[in-house]
Amino acid sequence: MTTSRRNRSPEPPTTQRLFAAEGSGLVEHQQRFGPLPESAGAALVPLLDQSGLTGRGGAGFPAGRKVASVTGRKAVVIGNGAEGEPLSHKDAELLSRAPHLVLDGLKVTAAAVSADKVVMYVPSRAVPTITTALSERRSAKVDRHPVTVVAAPEGFVAGEESAVVRRVEGGPALPRDRTVPASISGVRGHSTLVNNVETLAHIALIARYGSRWFRSVGDPSEPGTMLVTLTGGQTMGSVLEVPTGTPLTDLVGHLGVTDPRALRAVLLGGYHGSWIPSGMLTGARLSRAGLAHLDASPGAGIIHALPVGECGLARTADVLGYLAGESARQCGPCLNGLPLLARLFDDLAYRRVDDHLIDEVRRMIDLIDGRGSCRHPDGTARIARSALDAFASDITHHRHGRCEAAMTSMDATGLPPQHISGTR
Amino acid sequence: MRKPSTPARRLHIDWTRCHGRGLCSELLPHLLGRDDWGYPVARDGSREPAVPPTALSDARTAVRLCPRLALSLITDVNQGSGGRKAGTS
Repeated sequence: MTTSRRNRSPEPPTTQRLFAAEGSGLVEHQQRFGPLPESAGAALVPLLDQSGLTGRGGAGFPAGRKVASVTGRKAVVIGNGAEGEPLSHKDAELLSRAPHLVLDGLKVTAAAVSADKVVMYVPSRAVPTITTALSERRSAKVDRHPVTVVAAPEGFVAGEESAVVRRVEGGPALPRDRTVPASISGVRGHSTLVNNVETLAHIALIARYGSRWFRSVGDPSEPGTMLVTLTGGQTMGSVLEVPTGTPLTDLVGHLGVTDPRALRAVLLGGYHGSWIPSGMLTGARLSRAGLAHLDASPGAGIIHALPVGECGLARTADVLGYLAGESARQCGPCLNGLPLLARLFDDLAYRRVDDHLIDEVRRMIDLIDGRGSCRHPDGTARIARSALDAFASDITHHRHGRCEAAMTSMDATGLPPQHISGTR
Repeated sequence: MRKPSTPARRLHIDWTRCHGRGLCSELLPHLLGRDDWGYPVARDGSREPAVPPTALSDARTAVRLCPRLALSLITDVNQGSGGRKAGTS
């Protein structure tokens, strides 16, 4: 039995898929995953449709439909590893530990759309890894298309699809106005496919092991595994591969949080995501279906824990201040509205709260939502709105010059917490 | 037999060009208000407000006269997708 296996490909990985190889080199990659089938690009769209793979960059769009939407000649295919979200590290980890899976996915996708130009768009710190991986592949004659590496600058919006297109064209990594999708008109007017690097890595595995294998784990409506970045709590910034549909309580368990009462809330989906109060974690699962009742989505797999001793309003005010600073400063409502919303949230967190302030916060959230060329204002509105819901009881406390978090973190004496001055 | 109605149009604002000069909201008061800084706000709260046939002529004027060339009329291919919760691809 062992003899007959010797020349065959190794067994497909089960749940630890993307990091299954023992090293990041081409040799370890090929040892673990075997060769990529030569015909893999030919029937990619139906294969991806059957697999149910959704994009892992945050929007969760069906991967097969996205590839199918690229129909133009001289198409451009871009692997997007610009992870602008400060709470996410999964793409960086994937690029350093499994660059060849990502590049295999890029190769298959490029073949599927008969691409004319193939690009890897990654942060400058990941460029050496990708360059090394590409030179290994050149020596082994793995790739048919040459792959151009474009360095993604820092910045929250640098990974937004139209910003990626603009950077690849040689412009700044800033979003642009669109009336047609990039699949119709992207890089210099060519049909362009921009896929997150994790999506590409899953495509590389589906091309090898098929859709049934892919669907063997995870939530049936959105199957497979996904990478998550866990921050807050005891461990800082760990990246895990978990089946979709994993209970959120299990995930916060990985942060060393065993008692949900030690948590105030969880931020799901990062700075454009939603706060989930700890009392609502039970029953919630990491998939669209498993989070729909909370009006949340898994996004790019960011799970950030807020301990009971931290004030959610103060934390959100910090996030909004950061997001205001990350505006591309191109669109009026974003340029003007985000700093104002951040200031109003500062008032909510640090000054005495009244009805007028709350009305003004709500008005400003509605005023920025949906009014920009990219979704930066929409995402900012989302986290702000979710904070008002998740931390409603904190708002009540702040009205009276108290803060629940400060009371919990000190000794429940009810003394006014330090961050509420009322006189600032 | 041809349908008498023209395809529904929506007003697209290129926010990267718009400087909030306010001409569009003056020409299309039923469609657009102005925000705290003078930028147009769709009265129906949508990303790309639908232009009713009665406002089409004024909308065309607004597109032509916008000093920042920030406006365009787009054909509504899938009705009702101008909502603000439309997902990204």
